Parts: sequence; C-alpha cells; structure tokens
Amino acid sequence: MSDQQKMDKTRRNLLVATSVIGGAASVGAAVPFAASMWPSERAKAVGAPVEVDVSRLAAGELAVFEWRGTPVWVMKRTQEMLAGLKPIEAKLIDPKSEVPQQPEYAKNEYRSVKPELMVVIGVCTHLGCIPQTKGADAKAEMGADWTGGFYCPCHGSKFDLAGRVYKGSPAPTNLVVPPYTFVSDDRIVIGEDRETKGA
Amino acid sequence: MASRLMALWDWFDSRMPSVAEEWRKHAAEYYAPKNFNFWYYFGSLALLVLVIQIVSGIFLTMHYKPDASLAFGSVEYIMRDVPGGWALRYIHSTGGSAFFLVAYLHMFRAMLYGSHKEPRELVWIFGVLIYLTLMGEAFFGYLLPWGQMSYWGAQVIVNLFATIPLVGPDLALWIRGDYVVSDATLNRFFALHVIAFPLVLLGLVVAHLLALHDVGSNNPDGVEIKKHKDPKTGHPLDGIPFHPYYTVKDIVGAVVFLAAFAVVMFFVPEMGGYFLEANNFVPADALKTPAHIQPVWYFTPYYSILRAVPPLFNSQFPGVLAMGVATLILLFLPWLDRSPVKSIRYRGPYYKSALAIFVISFLILGYLGTEPTTVWGQFGFDAFFLDTREIATWVARAFTVLYFLFFILMPWYTARDTAKPVPERVTS
Amino acid sequence: MKRLILLLSLAPALALAAEAGFRLDRAPIDPRDLASLQAGARTFVNYCLGCHGTQYMRYNRLADLGLSEAQIKDNLAFTADKVGDPMRTAMGGKEGKDWFGVAPPDLSVIARVRGADWLYTYLRTFYRDPNTASGWNNAVFPNVAMPHALWTLQGEKALEVTRTKDASGHEIVGSKFTRISEGSQTPVQFDATVRDLVNFLVYAGEPAATSRKRIGIVVLFVLGVLFVLAYALKKEYWKDVH
Repeated sequence: MSDQQKMDKTRRNLLVATSVIGGAASVGAAVPFAASMWPSERAKAVGAPVEVDVSRLAAGELAVFEWRGTPVWVMKRTQEMLAGLKPIEAKLIDPKSEVPQQPEYAKNEYRSVKPELMVVIGVCTHLGCIPQTKGADAKAEMGADWTGGFYCPCHGSKFDLAGRVYKGSPAPTNLVVPPYTFVSDDRIVIGEDRETKGA
Repeated sequence: MASRLMALWDWFDSRMPSVAEEWRKHAAEYYAPKNFNFWYYFGSLALLVLVIQIVSGIFLTMHYKPDASLAFGSVEYIMRDVPGGWALRYIHSTGGSAFFLVAYLHMFRAMLYGSHKEPRELVWIFGVLIYLTLMGEAFFGYLLPWGQMSYWGAQVIVNLFATIPLVGPDLALWIRGDYVVSDATLNRFFALHVIAFPLVLLGLVVAHLLALHDVGSNNPDGVEIKKHKDPKTGHPLDGIPFHPYYTVKDIVGAVVFLAAFAVVMFFVPEMGGYFLEANNFVPADALKTPAHIQPVWYFTPYYSILRAVPPLFNSQFPGVLAMGVATLILLFLPWLDRSPVKSIRYRGPYYKSALAIFVISFLILGYLGTEPTTVWGQFGFDAFFLDTREIATWVARAFTVLYFLFFILMPWYTARDTAKPVPERVTS
Repeated sequence: MKRLILLLSLAPALALAAEAGFRLDRAPIDPRDLASLQAGARTFVNYCLGCHGTQYMRYNRLADLGLSEAQIKDNLAFTADKVGDPMRTAMGGKEGKDWFGVAPPDLSVIARVRGADWLYTYLRTFYRDPNTASGWNNAVFPNVAMPHALWTLQGEKALEVTRTKDASGHEIVGSKFTRISEGSQTPVQFDATVRDLVNFLVYAGEPAATSRKRIGIVVLFVLGVLFVLAYALKKEYWKDVH
C-alpha cells in the first residue's frame, strides 16, 4: 500500500499514458495475427460465383453444383410438382418464406426466379447434414401423403420441393436459397445477385 | 468496481496463493543490483523474442504445409493470399536473426562481467544449452521454406554427421529418413521445429531463470550484493526490486529493440541477403546446387572453422569435430576461468586482450563464413608456403587457432593476470 | 537434339559462368508508377505468360495497379476463367522441357532471386548466335535456353568480342553489340518497355511491398511516441534509486 501512496500524480499519469499507448500498440500488433485467420484470397477465389449450364436438365431432374464447398441443388420441376406445392402449405412451418432464408427475388410461392427452376443450398438448416432426395414414389418410407421432397438422414427433417421445412422437423427454417442470377435462359451464375452483376 | 475486483482477487488468492508468491519471488521482491547497464537489456529482450517467435510461429503453422511439393508454394501463399500473412512471415524471419543477435550480446555480457563464474555456473550452463537448442531450432526451421538454400543447407549439415567415424553414414541416413533430403526430412524437421525443440527451449529458459533467481543477478562490478543486507528488512543494500524498477527500464529497452526490429521487418526484410537469401526464393531442386552456398550469418563463425580445418586421412571429420568442440567448449568456461575477480573492470590486461582477440576472431570468422574461400584472392602475394589464392583460408585458420587458444590458455592467463582490488559495494 | 544434350550436360558449368562477368545496368524502376506497372503487366501477359507463369499471383491482385476487375478480365486474364485464378502459363512443364531443354521457370519471385538490375540488363542483351539451339544467346546469362521473346520489339543484334592488351600486357576483353535488324521500337522505347516489365516483375515478387513500407512508417511513429512515454516513466520511477 505504501507504494501506492508514494506514487505521485506525474507517476500515475505517465503510468496511465504508457499503458494506454502500449495497450493500443499491442492491439495493433495483434491485428495481422487475427486477420490471418479470415478466408484467404485463395479461399475467396474458390468461393467466387460459379456459372452453371442447366440446359441439359430433364424435367424432374436434380443436378448438384458446388459453390463455396457446399452442394447447390438445381432442379427442373414439372408442372405437376409445382402444382403440388400449394395444397401442402398447412403442413409447413414457414410456407410464405417469411424468414429471410432467400434473396428478396426468390421470396415467392415457388422460392425461385423462374418457377420451374429450383435453386437451393442442399444443407439441412438443422445441423448441416445433406438431405436425400425422396420422390413422390417414396410413400412407403415417407408416409402416404408424401408428395416428394427431401429428407435429412441425420435427424429426420423433411423439406418439400421448394426446400420448405415440414412441421415436426428438428430443422427450424427452410433451406437456404443462394443468391443467383440468369446470364442467359440456360446459364445461371450462383453466388452473384442481379444487383451486384455488372458492377 | 475496484472493490469488486479486489474481492475477486482475494477469492482467487486464497485458493491459489502460489501465483502471488511467484510474482513476489521473481518480480516484486526479486532484488536485482541497482547498477545494471546497457548490456543487461539483452536477457529480457531474448525472452521477448522467444515470445514473438512462438506466437508468430503458431500463426504461420496455421497456413504452412510441411510437404515437399507444397511447402515453397505455401510460403508464397502466406506472403500473398493470407491476410496479414507477409507480416507474420517477416516477423518470424526477422525474429530468427534477432534471437541470435540478442543471444550473442547476452553471452558477451556474461564474459564481460564474469556472470559465468561461481556461484552462477548452472545459470551459464543452462544458457549454453539454450544456445545449442536454439541452433538446432534455427537449423530445422531453415529447411521449412524449401528453397534452394534451405535444401542445400540441410543437405550439407546433415552430411556433416555422415563424417563421424563408423556410425556417421547411418546416422545421416537416420536423420534424413531418406537417401537425400526429401519430403520425409521436411516432415520430421517440421515436427522438431514446431513442437520438440520449442518445448525443450521453454524448459531450459525456465531452468535458466530459476537458477538465476536462486543465486541472484551478477552486475557490472561483479560483486555479490547479498553480502551487504539491510539488517532491518533483510534486503540487499545495493538491490532494488525488479518490479517496478527493472520492468519499466526493460520496457524502454524493448521499445527501442522493437523499433529496430520494425525497421528491418518493414523496410529491409531481406537485410541485404543476410536474413532472407535470394537463392532461397528458388524452389528446392535436388539436381542443382546453387553456385555459392553458405549458412545464415549466425552460423558462419562455426562454418568458417569447419572450412578452415584441413581434411585428415581423407576425412572431413576433424573439421566437424572442431566445429562441435567450438560450441561445446563454452560449457566449460566457468572452470577454465581461474580469475579471482568477475568483472572486466577489475581484471588485468591478459583477460582484456584475450577477450578482445576472441571477439575479433569470432567476427572475422563470421565474416569469412559468408564469403567464398577465394574472397581475398585478389590480395594474393607470392610466398613459398602459401597458395596465394587461398589467403582467406589461411586467415580463417589463424583465427580458428586464436578462437581455441582463448579457451585453452584461459586457466593459465586468468590465473596469472593482475587483478585490481574489487570494491565491497557496487559503484554507481 | 545432340546439341541439346550437350547443353544440358554443361548446365552446372554454365550456371557458374552466369554468376561472373557482365556489368549490370541500374534498372530505373519506380514501384509507385502505376502507368509503368500496368504497361509492364500488359507486356508480361502478351510476351511472357505464354511460357512463364506467375502462379502465386492472382489476376484480381492486379487491382493493386489501379485496374478494375472488368479491365483485368477483358485485357489481361487470358489464361483463366475467373479473375481470382492464379496467373498460370498455358504451357505445361513437359512441353517446355521438350522445346527448350529446361522447363521455363515460374516468375512469381524471379525479381527476388535475380534483382531488378540483373533482369533489366538480361532482357536487353540478347544477341544472335548460330551456335545455340535457339539461335539466341545472352550477354548476362551465357547460353541461356530461352530465346529472345521481345525480339520483334528490339530487333536483332550480334555480339563482337574484342581482345586487346593494355600497356602491361594484361588482356582486356571487351564486347560490343552491332545491329542486324531493326525492331518495331526504337532503343529508347525498348528500354522503357523493359523497364516497365521489370517494374512489374519486382511488384509481382512481393505485392505487399508498398503497403509494407506504408505500415512501417505508422509503426515506427507509434513506437516513437511509446518510447518518449516509457522513457519518462522510467526516469520518474528511478528517482527513487538515484
């Protein structure tokens, strides 16, 4: 205690000033260390938007593309599939896509830019497993009222053909729709918004 | 707020009093001589560099790949693609050289003021072991960028072990894990560099400091401050608590050191090829040796000794042995030095001249180690017993002899030196 | 082919020879001259990238030179799909080895190996030599495997070696270039082209160099302020001791 009493005003001021500047300098020195843990230029380059060709997709077929290391599903839905989306709305947690799991331009009844073309990230919103495709013919497994969709093997979450989650699933939200934009009728750039395009 | 913090501290202290105890023992109530001068900064600076190297090393390890096909590229990846990566790399490369610079000055300080002498022999021995470990650490680390100098430096040094009679070739093979320096070598050097040697280094640093704090610090007068204690407090009359007096002083030293460090790191990271060599920006190529290879500057005095010793019976082993003895002989310094006094201030002309010759020898050997053996060929003169183009080799031989004479003759000249009377108390 | 094998067997000796000799010109480069760096990048992409990559350099990093992503994509990134891709050469290492005897090295850090002056002199001292596989030789790097990539700009030269004796009888070896044909650029223009190219290669060797120096000044300033305070603090405490 006697030390502290002896410490006169100059000493205390200098101590505070040195500590403040020294502390700030230490924080500054920590910047490159902390910064080095963000995605590198390579990770960013790998995670850059990808352009995909969807012209060869048959009706009802699902293709998987990789973007930022995650599977992106592109599915050409038939008129029948699209028609089936409406009647099941009562069984869904978020049928109107109120939770922002999609870009504004995909917030509609089909959760897509072009109604027939579904683009979603195939990663379960529960704990990150990759759901399996279960067609309408999988009624034996999925129940008599199954009209087709996706089923997560990890904890049993169910999604419809627009990536909307069924009530009773552990997953809380619909599958994520990534930003995407059409550069022509058959070519989509995944990872790039219409707004940022051409900037 | 303040009282809450005090209460929290009391809670902690009553459960783990050894934290406060150690703080008192090693800082607040560690009494250090009040007459430390410039040379006494380098101990705390060595500790600072150790921390810098460990922290920057951890972050480099996050991005580096110890794989012969990826290592070179991963260093360039760190330099370009990792945010702030170039700073990490330059901190670590500058820190490597800074470590040796600080260590050499710290060791010179010990020789100046007799810090190796009784009762601090163990402090000195732990210090030499730290230095030897550091050499290993630096050698393993230097292979990791996988450039031409990394590769051929490792090749040459591992082959030195191959010259050891009988077991040599097998030993070299065992160290490499392959018939040449290869991916296997890189992988194990990585493990030794990032885990094994740092652990040993940390353990030795703790031992060095514990041994020091048990016997107390030496000082530029080489007198024992514990001989004169305040009868009331029991503290040495010429001692001051390490904290706050030497903490605030060492902070000043650290700031100056960091400024010099920053000048190198931000403006001349290659340091004219001494810290980062141009040839190490060429990826390792097992089929092509660079025209000039030499070790990094901090190994060059020993490299000169290696080159200076001529082969015997067609074997390079004598040179290797000389190089090994040149480092290990340091361990015996406390017993070679028979002087009754510690500090250079009270030693006679013999030791002063011997130390000066030793330092000059070390510097000249260091310089010659960075150059090809023909460096002074243009000064060649006609003499019947010399190959005049090899003048540098003969100079290296002369200074190698002087290097060893400093130690070998030490028992003789320190015992016969005329020591001045040592004061009872430190002179301020 | 036989000549190629001979050349390869001589490679170690040639590497040594390359170390000695020709006096280097100082490269008048300026890392802050963005126009020069851009011109150098263009020359590099058009004349060098066919054989040499700079695989550690990403196209989008060229934004450092004041170029927009669209400019990079349209004018420079011919060997990549995405602007984030590395600047790889289209030529494989094996093809290079078949054509030139050695695989053309990656040039990402060539400026850190050779230095700007060496590159600047080397690129300007190619001459015609009927005795080499490529028909070209170089004054700085004798018997180099690379032909003169910029010869349409510089034109062709020949090297005359003169041997004279000075007063004390020591031999002086001199060399003089003579022009065989004109290139599309004047010698002054060509020097500027090479200067820009070397400027770019120095930049590519360490893209962070410019920001490194800028940050260094800030760091030194902060340490300066810290020194003043820490020194005053030390003085204040040590009043107790003295």
